[in-house]
Amino acid sequence: MTAAVSFSKVSRHFGTVKAVDAVDLTVAPGEFFAMLGPSGSGKTTCLRLIAGFEQPTSGEIDIFGESAVGVPPYRRNVNTVFQDYALFPHLNILDNVAYGLMIRGVGRAERHRAAEQALEMVKLPGYGTRKPGQLSGGQRQRVALARAFVNKPKVLLLDEPLGALDLKLREQMQEELKGLQRALGITFVFVTHDQGEALSMADRVAVFNDGKIVQTGTPHDIYNRPKTRFVADFVGSSNVIAPQAMQALGGEARWTSLRPEAIRLVSEGGVNATVRSTSFLGASTKLFVDTAIAPLALSLPAGQPAPQEGETVLIAWAPADLHTMEDAA
Amino acid sequence: MTASAQTAVLPGRQGAVGRLSDLFWRKPGLLLFLMLTPPLLWLGIVYVGSLLALLLQSFFSIDEFSGLINYEFTLVTYGQLLQPANFDIILRTLLMAAAVTLASAAIAFPIAYYAARFAKGKWKAVFYLGIMLPLWSSYLVKVYAWKLILAKEGILTWLFAKLYLTWLLDGLLAIPVIGGNSLSISYIGTFIVFVYVWLPFMILPVQAALERVPGNLVEASGDLGADPRQTFRYVLFPLALPGIVAGSIFTFSLTMGDYIIPQIVGTSRLFIGQAVYAQQGTAGNIPLAAAFSVVPIVIMGLYLALAKRLGAFDAL
Repeated sequence: MTAAVSFSKVSRHFGTVKAVDAVDLTVAPGEFFAMLGPSGSGKTTCLRLIAGFEQPTSGEIDIFGESAVGVPPYRRNVNTVFQDYALFPHLNILDNVAYGLMIRGVGRAERHRAAEQALEMVKLPGYGTRKPGQLSGGQRQRVALARAFVNKPKVLLLDEPLGALDLKLREQMQEELKGLQRALGITFVFVTHDQGEALSMADRVAVFNDGKIVQTGTPHDIYNRPKTRFVADFVGSSNVIAPQAMQALGGEARWTSLRPEAIRLVSEGGVNATVRSTSFLGASTKLFVDTAIAPLALSLPAGQPAPQEGETVLIAWAPADLHTMEDAA
Repeated sequence: MTASAQTAVLPGRQGAVGRLSDLFWRKPGLLLFLMLTPPLLWLGIVYVGSLLALLLQSFFSIDEFSGLINYEFTLVTYGQLLQPANFDIILRTLLMAAAVTLASAAIAFPIAYYAARFAKGKWKAVFYLGIMLPLWSSYLVKVYAWKLILAKEGILTWLFAKLYLTWLLDGLLAIPVIGGNSLSISYIGTFIVFVYVWLPFMILPVQAALERVPGNLVEASGDLGADPRQTFRYVLFPLALPGIVAGSIFTFSLTMGDYIIPQIVGTSRLFIGQAVYAQQGTAGNIPLAAAFSVVPIVIMGLYLALAKRLGAFDAL
């Protein structure tokens, strides 16, 4: 099967800065693929390389089996939802959505019908006559989405499209995006720095750091079996235990991750710990404890009585929950 | 903590200035009134008032025999504007202003686009200096310099000869009406100098308009399949249009009103500005001079109405 997008040894250097450094990646057709990483990790540059706004310094990019190197953005059957939406301020919503069709020479009546249909799919029917300036952030985000998918691209690129929305709206849009992706069957490539967003929406996630992909895998893989310290740190607030500390605990002298929810409070056996602080999160309570070896975070499910600050507790975990990692960042 | 900060309400400022500050804070309308009255009086009485007085003159007529002004309301003077000799002046000025405006817009756009999109830091300063520098030197000096440059014995003729392009210059000058004996006494010469002198007034507003266009709109347009030509037509041009219209108001009205450039560089045929100068000076026909000066005002009014109708200000 031909990959929707494939990078082989792709680099993009800006002067001495290696924004993207020898990246290999494959996105399967129809997949919801997330590129996750801190700012400056090269994920957005990768997206821009697929869109054609950047050209690789070296390496080969294929989109559905065709080489995309040297192909300008306007000749790629790929559309982008921009981070700040980039709606045309002088056009009304309907003409914004119909822009790509207009460029392709689709007749006025037909493109307006298609645009209206796309607006219905993003739950903004009848908004066509307004100008972008009259819409809220969330509504503009939907228009940008409709403007991109109305062209039925082979790949839809989303550059942190939910970043500017408030939490409630963001969660709602995550659901809608997922539903839309399934309904359209288009390959989505999604850039985000929010690990929760990547894990909840994507079929597969690539974690970026310093212009390289550190790990690619399903959200489950990434969360439960982080390959390196960096991934464990960045994806979820995992406990990262240093080799010396592991040795003191009687384990293997390697970097090890331990999920907060894998740690239990026990009445006997286990490790002595002093509660430094607690924070109530609704569905769970987060505890930060000091042990003789290392500070740890643990998460108690709701309903379980939480110890007070300063209290001494006994904690334990199953050896299977310890996950060893590479030292590399 | 200082002593004064220990009470919730600080004591009032001392003296007249302090009391005045408090008064203005309580009555902001008073401050606005005091600030706006002097300039509005100046604009209203000295400027608009004298303009209206001038316009009033255009409804009087001149007695052909005595040369005295007949202070009776009449449209005779406006009728004179339609006489072939006068109407030619209006038409000539209008065409020149339109040509200068179009050429300025065409030349200004790439420069403004570069300055708005790509110039950064030092280059931006160089750009502003390059645009503004010609405005700092005397207008007359520039026009006389151009007369020398364009003269038959001038550097341009010499340059064309050195490049074996004399045939091109001769061909240009052989064009009927706009050609002539040399560039400095042809409409082409007048046109070149007009464009040179008014170009900064086009570049600056266009640049300001383009500066407000986020770069990702150009990317979005390309992303949606538009090639650079289509992006210009459907995104950049509409968004730059308010700037172009603002610039054209300058180039158009400045060209229509100017009476020095066509007098120094060009043919002996008159433009509106020169006609006004001649009528109110040597001829002493104030009503006709006034009627002539109404023409650019009316044309600009029509032009702006048309521009608004075509949606030139929609992107504002």
